Amino acid sequence: MTLDELKRKSVSYRRDILTFIYLAGAGHTGGSLSCIDIINVLYNAIMDISPENWESLQRDVYIQSKGHSVEALYVVLADLGFFDRSELRTGNRFQTRLIGHPSRKVPGVEHNTGGLGHGLSVSVGLALAAKLDNRKSRVFCLLGDGELTEGSNWEAAMSGAHYKLDNLVAIVDRNRLQITGGTAEVNELEPLEDKWSAFGWAVRRTNGHDIAKVVEALSDLPFAGGQPGLLIADTVKGKGISFIEGRVDWHHKVPSRDQYELAMRELEVLP
Amino acid sequence: MSGATDPGTGRANLEVFAEIVEELAAADPSLLVVTSDSRGSARLSAFASRMPNRIVEVGIAEQNLVGVAAGLVAGGRTVIAVSPASFLATRSLEQIKHDVCYSDRPVILVGVSAGVSYGALGSTHHSLHDFAALRAIHNITVVAPADNWETREALRAAADARSPVYIRFGKKPIPDLPRRVEFSFGKGRIIRDGSDGAFIATGETVWRALAAADALAKTGASVSVVSMHTVKPLDVELVCTVGRSVGAVVAVEEHSEHGGLGDACARVLLEAGLAPRYRVAAIPDEYTVSGSQDEILSHYGISESGLFRMMSALLSEG
Repeated sequence: MTLDELKRKSVSYRRDILTFIYLAGAGHTGGSLSCIDIINVLYNAIMDISPENWESLQRDVYIQSKGHSVEALYVVLADLGFFDRSELRTGNRFQTRLIGHPSRKVPGVEHNTGGLGHGLSVSVGLALAAKLDNRKSRVFCLLGDGELTEGSNWEAAMSGAHYKLDNLVAIVDRNRLQITGGTAEVNELEPLEDKWSAFGWAVRRTNGHDIAKVVEALSDLPFAGGQPGLLIADTVKGKGISFIEGRVDWHHKVPSRDQYELAMRELEVLP
Repeated sequence: MSGATDPGTGRANLEVFAEIVEELAAADPSLLVVTSDSRGSARLSAFASRMPNRIVEVGIAEQNLVGVAAGLVAGGRTVIAVSPASFLATRSLEQIKHDVCYSDRPVILVGVSAGVSYGALGSTHHSLHDFAALRAIHNITVVAPADNWETREALRAAADARSPVYIRFGKKPIPDLPRRVEFSFGKGRIIRDGSDGAFIATGETVWRALAAADALAKTGASVSVVSMHTVKPLDVELVCTVGRSVGAVVAVEEHSEHGGLGDACARVLLEAGLAPRYRVAAIPDEYTVSGSQDEILSHYGISESGLFRMMSALLSEG
């Protein structure tokens, strides 16, 4: 997929996320909009994963540790044909498969997440199994920055480096906001690069909304032989909608009809 | 003390576990054992030396232990995750709930040195909460084998189960018990028949209950003993059969009196409209007295003499 095609995908995914949350009357608007460019690049430019090769242990694997931003994953999975797009209108409804966190009942979802600080250990296990069995499968794990205060992440970080898992890439959606406020106010995370480096990970940092840069950062793998990779993707919570960007109150706020229509008009302007 | 109730005649379930791990690893090339600096506690040091490519060490990090185990299963491996029961059942409870049970990754969770096996090391190391914590989680079988045979069979069954299983046992030698019928999860094992009373016991309290039943027989009381190795799913049919056939039932467990086998059986009996005289021999709601495993269990009446007294009193109420 060309860069222009990827950029157009990001716009249409943002429209789908807004529509999903508006119809569902629930969702994590800010976080889904901050990580959608990363998920777009992973599924459309980096990972070897599709409904056709889903049963193969050779394919790549995606674990979304920040499970609450599930709308961003649903719209991409639907677009790739893991399930029918019409199902996106069932979000949050009685007996829907599309609940507010990833569940393996949904085709294309690898692991049930929602409680924070779980995804990285599971990713370490998946990457270690691939290493032990000499499979080409790579594991990509999306972490929220707010969830990095969960100690289990750092247990997993030590294991990933110990087992030299250079088939594992974790990506931090560094949007600097969590439900209470700024991550710097809640519990300072910086110096984040130094922390991961000290834990033995090869670190890259890029603008998580610059499609070309995200593609570039994830194309040349591994980051370093014998080390797991950690990409800090600097992002903006609510990216793409002027009145949602950088607003802590949009963590899981649902747009009104007027706000929804305004947001959709903003997203008509293609990059 | 007969052979069936003399601990000197048996071996520790922990040692049997180490043997079965080697047997399962030989039969299944995909099998991995994940440990959290617990290979020594789990008697797996020899296994780790003989089959070094079958052990994954994560260090003292029980949350990571279970998360990594779930990931390895997702990656196509058969996985046994081992840690002292106390830490496995609650330090990693959320990983068991989310990453193993909810995500349906059938890790075999083995809690070693369960109950009050650690004796005078104190309450941090006692697992008197694991049945209660895990019974409330969907998609997990909770097992406490009563002897070496049940330990072997439970581990083999867990390897075939394709759904999450938690197995906990102690580290002291225990006697092998009579009546080795076909083993399956959720089916209790009747190891002694009786018509007056019944012990429904689990784990390493079963041989103590059998010793008490043997002693009661000498006083003319006919008391049956059930090894309810699977605490969840409970053998509801057998609990009801027992409840209908005797006038006094004592549930026995090396666990808190809250949320374990005793509570589970009481609910089954009440819902079935059965009302035998009923007591639970378990650890009361307190931090335990200090002492060895035997001393602690005896202090709380989970011993041949304590169970004898409890059942005698219950029978005499009839």
